[in-house]
Amino acid sequence: MKNLLEHMGIEPERLHFSWISSAESTKFVDVATKVTEAAKSLENKEKKFVKTKPKVA
Amino acid sequence: MKSYTDNIKEISKRLLKEDKVDMVIGYRTGSVPLMHQPFFAQNQEEVDEFVWDSNCGLNLANYITDRTERIGILATGCNSRNIAVHIVEGKIKREQLYIIGIPCKGMVDRHKLSAMADGDITSVEDENNGSITITGQNFSKTVDKAEVLQENCSVCVHRNPVIYDELAAEEVTEQKRDDVDPYARVKEIEALSPEEKWAHFDDLLSDCIRCYACRNACPLCYCPLCFVDESNPQWVGKSIDHTDVRTFHFLRAYHCAGRCTDCGACVRSCPVGINVRDFTKKLEKDCLELFDWEAGLNTEQRPPLDTYRPDDPEEFIK
Ligand code: SF4
Ligand code: SF4
Repeated sequence: MKNLLEHMGIEPERLHFSWISSAESTKFVDVATKVTEAAKSLENKEKKFVKTKPKVA
Repeated sequence: MKSYTDNIKEISKRLLKEDKVDMVIGYRTGSVPLMHQPFFAQNQEEVDEFVWDSNCGLNLANYITDRTERIGILATGCNSRNIAVHIVEGKIKREQLYIIGIPCKGMVDRHKLSAMADGDITSVEDENNGSITITGQNFSKTVDKAEVLQENCSVCVHRNPVIYDELAAEEVTEQKRDDVDPYARVKEIEALSPEEKWAHFDDLLSDCIRCYACRNACPLCYCPLCFVDESNPQWVGKSIDHTDVRTFHFLRAYHCAGRCTDCGACVRSCPVGINVRDFTKKLEKDCLELFDWEAGLNTEQRPPLDTYRPDDPEEFIK
């Protein structure tokens, strides 16, 4: 999953996979913080996978 | 030596005559040059319409999904692998099939040939000696077949069928991974920066009209209702918004992960010549590197994405 997303140009900093049990609240906070930090550290702030055209059914 | 076509006809007629099969699936001349069409011959007269040359690039495994008849079917290396995938996935029974194996010398790339022609191509002559002649109004050109092979055929390492009941010709020599690098193009993309990669795929897909010909030609895409057609819930928008187009392509590629044989039918069928294999080939490479897996090499082994092994790679999970 991660490989192809990176292959088509999603920065590794934007992709995180983690296994967190519902009991592991501290791990969740920890991971969430790291993910946001990594994503914010990116130089390229251009948004990806955001739609610009109106939705058609 | 008798031609492939003659042998194919002979075998097919025999199968129908001896009532071994209800039909034989092969190719006949298409309504446009460079595109032979799949054809179901149900009696010996119909068999006479069969042809075999370098324009038989559609994948016949696409036409056996959930069929109940006894079927004779032509199968090159990649087609036979897709048949094996079908058998593993329960889409057809081995006993129903009589596989006429075709050692394959590669298919020509219709987009490359069209680009070389000075006008519309009206007829193609496959000399079967390594050269192809294309003719149209006021021009005629002979080219070296090796130069106009489909990219997937030029890097193919499974030209001979992996399962068959009978061969229609002698086996051909296989190319080795050491001599041709099947993943050269994937590696080129891998070497780019994230921005360049993003731009590459934007550019690749810029002409896509969402006609779904690539999906329809693919033997793996047999779901009764494809995720792109579903409207409740609507997984992916139906516009040609870049995000929608890209979502369609990369999700379709994931659905083919570990199953794709790189037959190239998707690319061949695309009306605007998009190399959608840029997505699937990467996954094929990953499957080989991570799981030591190539799709459709036998009818016993379950594909990597529906099995669990304690030593499955999981470095990406933190
Ligand atoms: S994705 Fe393309 S190359 Fe792969 S099996 Fe389907 S049609 Fe063939
Ligand atoms: S066949 Fe070509 S144009 Fe049609 S959906 Fe596939 S990539 Fe797009």
